[in-house]
Amino acid sequence: MQRYEMVCIGAGPAGLAAAIEAAKNQVEVVVYDENDKPGGQLFKQIHKFFGSREHRAKERGIKIGQDLLDEARQLGVEVVLNGIVLGIYQNGAMNVMVQDRLEQVKAEKVLIATGASENMIPFPGWTLPGVIGAGAAQTMANIHGIKPGNRVLVVGSGNVGLVVGFQLLQAGCCVEAVIDAAPKIGGYGVHASKLARFGVPFFMSHTIKEAHGNNTVEGATIIQVDKSWKPVPGTEKHYDVDTICIAVGLNPMTQLSRMSGCDMVHEPGLGGNIPAHDVNQETSISGVYVAGDASGIEEASTAIIEGRIAGLAIANKLGYLSDDAFQTKREEQLQSMKGLRSGAHGGMRGEAKERLNNAIKG
Amino acid sequence: MSSGLSKTGYISEETLSNYPGIPTLNRRNKGPVVVIECIQDIPCNPCEASCKVDAITVGEDITNLPHIDEEKCIGCLSCIHICPGQAIFVVDESFEDKARIALPYEFFPLPEKNDIVTALDRSGKKLGDALIVAVRKTKRMDQTAVITMEVPKKWAMTARAFKLK
Repeated sequence: MQRYEMVCIGAGPAGLAAAIEAAKNQVEVVVYDENDKPGGQLFKQIHKFFGSREHRAKERGIKIGQDLLDEARQLGVEVVLNGIVLGIYQNGAMNVMVQDRLEQVKAEKVLIATGASENMIPFPGWTLPGVIGAGAAQTMANIHGIKPGNRVLVVGSGNVGLVVGFQLLQAGCCVEAVIDAAPKIGGYGVHASKLARFGVPFFMSHTIKEAHGNNTVEGATIIQVDKSWKPVPGTEKHYDVDTICIAVGLNPMTQLSRMSGCDMVHEPGLGGNIPAHDVNQETSISGVYVAGDASGIEEASTAIIEGRIAGLAIANKLGYLSDDAFQTKREEQLQSMKGLRSGAHGGMRGEAKERLNNAIKG
Repeated sequence: MSSGLSKTGYISEETLSNYPGIPTLNRRNKGPVVVIECIQDIPCNPCEASCKVDAITVGEDITNLPHIDEEKCIGCLSCIHICPGQAIFVVDESFEDKARIALPYEFFPLPEKNDIVTALDRSGKKLGDALIVAVRKTKRMDQTAVITMEVPKKWAMTARAFKLK
């Protein structure tokens, strides 16, 4: 059995940031990621981020991801790719599938930074090739340089739908419309305006009724919904699209935190059932930490800060970082977080996070 | 969010005029000046730091709307590529019957100087021909080009994008 002081599960923004802070303080840390490339979703984010200078605002996610990776490598953080944590047991014991080999690992502290998975909505024809998630659209267009389709219907007007919709325009696709069952556009107005000014229409209070086609998507029918979200017959519209891009939210990957026995709390604003955690990102199970989307859906910039706090807290608990130094550094991160958890979108997430923190205290 | 923006994805010119990022007609007539079409409390402030003459203020609370000081602004364009929301433009109405609009552009291919393109309004409606008078793209701008197009003066506060012909 391999023994480590700290294991990070997930090499996205939260996992890498945690590993960096821990390694800076001499913690021996290994990061497992099930993918063949590190960085989580950051390398798909070709747009400039909001925030202020300390959050690396106006920089593109792809650059922030590369810098995190470089810093982790310089600090000697071991990143194991194609490493799937299959199970987590008492006292930090884990089974990890690395390539085709099963390894047993034990860690004094574990950070679960497994990110999120996309929500899907079922409708007739939803299994046809051409119905894709927003993440798939980004993987194709932004990582592999492949145009996902020619004519696209985007379902979902949250920031993911809006940002991906614009990236589809950049990839040369025609975005026929953005629809959302909600009465108002979910994401930021500036993101919506980037699409609107190139002629992309928005249909609020509309949902997808059906995808058409035999072997692949050849069209889509959308329909208006009333105040109780019921389809209104006779309001159907048809689009000759070859791609339907679904961006209807994310939910946290909580398999490992549930398996660890963490107390879970339901917070719809953060994506569903989420492990309760304290301000140091530690769950109800001592030694098990969560950060990033796995601890509630937010943004890459908040995931990085949560990761840094978890890394610092772990270094402190392991005795590498004095209480005073930890308090000072944690305060810097919390201040920086405050800025991001404000405003109409961020403020609500901040309140939900406080409830998760209180669930631990109680 | 204003009801128009939250339903259609764009802001009407009327709504916009009440926000602190919009310069007066008097100032626009004098020469190039920044127009910041940011009307939501987004935690974001790179525009403030990008301004060399302190003409943009967000303040300590980074969700504040950007306020412009139209007298200080020299229309230097250096805030346009900075805005992650692509909501900053520079408008110059000092010409007799034309106006020049500088805007962020993140598509390929880029237009070339002297190209005739189709100007679009905030809803994507085609307004008519526009002349490309400048194309700027440097390493510092991190892949966001800043394009200046010349349009009839009446579109100064209407045209916000263009399509290549």
